[in-house]
Amino acid sequence: MLQIEDLSVDIGDRRIIEGLHLIVEEGETHVLLGPNGSGKSSLLLTILGYPRYKVIGGSIMFKGEDITNMPTTERIKLGVGISFQHPPAVRGVRLGDMVNVAFGKKTEDAITSDVVELANTLKFGVDFLERDVNLGFSGGEVKRSEIMQLVAQNPEFIMFDEPDSGVDVENVELIGGVMRDLLDRDKKPSARQKSGLIITHLGFILNYVKVDRAHVMMDGKIACSGNPKEIMDEIMTDGYERCRSCQR
Amino acid sequence: MPEVKKDKKAKKAKDKTALYGTDIDLNDYSMDADDHSTISSLDEISDDYQEILPMCGVDPTGEGRSGSFFQLDHSVVFSDTKSKTMELMSTPDAVEKYDWLKGYTWNAVPVDMDKYTAQTELNQTNGYFIRVLSGAKEIFPLQACLFIGAEGIAQNVHNIIIAEEGSELNIITGCSSAHGVKSALHLGVSEFYIKKNAKVTFTMVHNWGKNMDIRPRTGIIIEEGGTFISNYICMEPLKSLQLYPSAYLTGENSRVTFQSILFASKNTKMDVGSRAFLRGKGSKTEIISRAITKDRGEIIARGHLVGESSGVKGHLECRGLILSDNSRIHAIPELEAKAQDLELSHEAAVGKIAEEEVFYLMSRGLTEDEATSMIVRGFLNVDISGLPDELAKETKRMLKMSMEKVL
Repeated sequence: MLQIEDLSVDIGDRRIIEGLHLIVEEGETHVLLGPNGSGKSSLLLTILGYPRYKVIGGSIMFKGEDITNMPTTERIKLGVGISFQHPPAVRGVRLGDMVNVAFGKKTEDAITSDVVELANTLKFGVDFLERDVNLGFSGGEVKRSEIMQLVAQNPEFIMFDEPDSGVDVENVELIGGVMRDLLDRDKKPSARQKSGLIITHLGFILNYVKVDRAHVMMDGKIACSGNPKEIMDEIMTDGYERCRSCQR
Repeated sequence: MPEVKKDKKAKKAKDKTALYGTDIDLNDYSMDADDHSTISSLDEISDDYQEILPMCGVDPTGEGRSGSFFQLDHSVVFSDTKSKTMELMSTPDAVEKYDWLKGYTWNAVPVDMDKYTAQTELNQTNGYFIRVLSGAKEIFPLQACLFIGAEGIAQNVHNIIIAEEGSELNIITGCSSAHGVKSALHLGVSEFYIKKNAKVTFTMVHNWGKNMDIRPRTGIIIEEGGTFISNYICMEPLKSLQLYPSAYLTGENSRVTFQSILFASKNTKMDVGSRAFLRGKGSKTEIISRAITKDRGEIIARGHLVGESSGVKGHLECRGLILSDNSRIHAIPELEAKAQDLELSHEAAVGKIAEEEVFYLMSRGLTEDEATSMIVRGFLNVDISGLPDELAKETKRMLKMSMEKVL
């Protein structure tokens, strides 16, 4: 599904990703761990094609197509989706408008019953859909709103940037359930078609979404990959110290 | 003020340059225009002009309206109200009919403010007089349109609106010029007198031509418990526009809200502000503006709150969006306090569209252009508060029409 080879990325004249390799197969969901500032979010935004992130070398292949220099809109059409960690507030654009857009309606149509039903599954009332997107949302509301837009969009490859940060236990469970559904996790492994890449700090979400593989990112590259449980346990006991020595 | 004195003051101010806006040589415009004969229904307005009417909020059938007023150049061609509790006529007719009206004219706007007010006094070319009787609630809006069809003229209207005690009035007004008019000047003096517990909403849409100079002069006097709500929309290119209405909240607990939506493109120069003098105990105001510039457009967005007694409250909000490098926005919010224990605040933000907002919308499947225009539409999507449902819908519709034309 996703194949990244020898990727190097700059913001301005600062190198943020250096010689990164990563493969996520169809039907697989991986978790991306790593200390603050190691480049996890930058990697996600690069996969999405954020203009400020300049690819200096290497390539990103998605479903067999080279998307390294493809405009964001095209990547989305191909089936890439994201739940942002800190999405911006957009004044005058309602959450309902965003869901409409994600559904592919493109215009600011009236908020129809399908949108309301979807909102209800994420514990949003119809009034909430009228609010300006992300303006004054609580941490948990932001995450649920992001996930809701993804459900409407239904991408094949989904990136989640800290879907569990700032979310209470009850809602992590709710979000985890929706993510499992989005990523085909409750299907037999051979029947899974969707792929995912999850960034998490504390790993709460992994109690609800089982993943196939874990990667630790250090200083802009993948320092270590392996069994998610083993790596999580390691990090929980020793922090990222061993990954650091591992890298050397 | 005695009539003679007004005339004298006006003559003295004949050449007085206005405080703001590009100076206009009044001699460049002609006072003469052909008279137009009156019509018996708005349907009879020339076909060329018919298509412009909906842009100005004017329904030619007059349905769902409490009254209609249409002035073409200097002639009042239509003026009619079905309401028994409201009066509508040309200002000169009203002055002739009511001697007491002399006590109102030039009370809310100084006659010697500048050469434009002076010219309006010395060479007045009609305008409307609206008066709602005490306690009358006009549910349906009154529609008024001031239209310029003749080349090179100066239209100098003087409007007087009186809402008697406890009355309610909604006005929707559009000003426009015919497609063929290359240049003209519109001077519009509007004086509002909002009596005790009366409420007036005033929704104004300007659709002038690209070589038009526009200098409205507006004053609003609000008595105890009175409310005035102004919604102003101007999104089409014109040459220059300068207005700075002043509201005098003289009565206890009086209220005023100004909302302006401005879009300046193609060399359009706008200098637009709103001002409130908070005099009465507990009086309140909110001034909101949205300004967008593009392609050599320029907007100076002003706001001025003057707190003159304790316990008053005012807030100024000005947001500007620059869509191209060769355009300019200059926000000038002013707060002035003359008493203790009052609350005046402002927030102003001017900038380009945030890249991360565009990217956010693109990440849900929009193209860059689609994302940009959705953000711009959202930016202009202010809540038009205080209007009756139907009128709010009508205003939204007009705003949408304007947006589609400019975006």
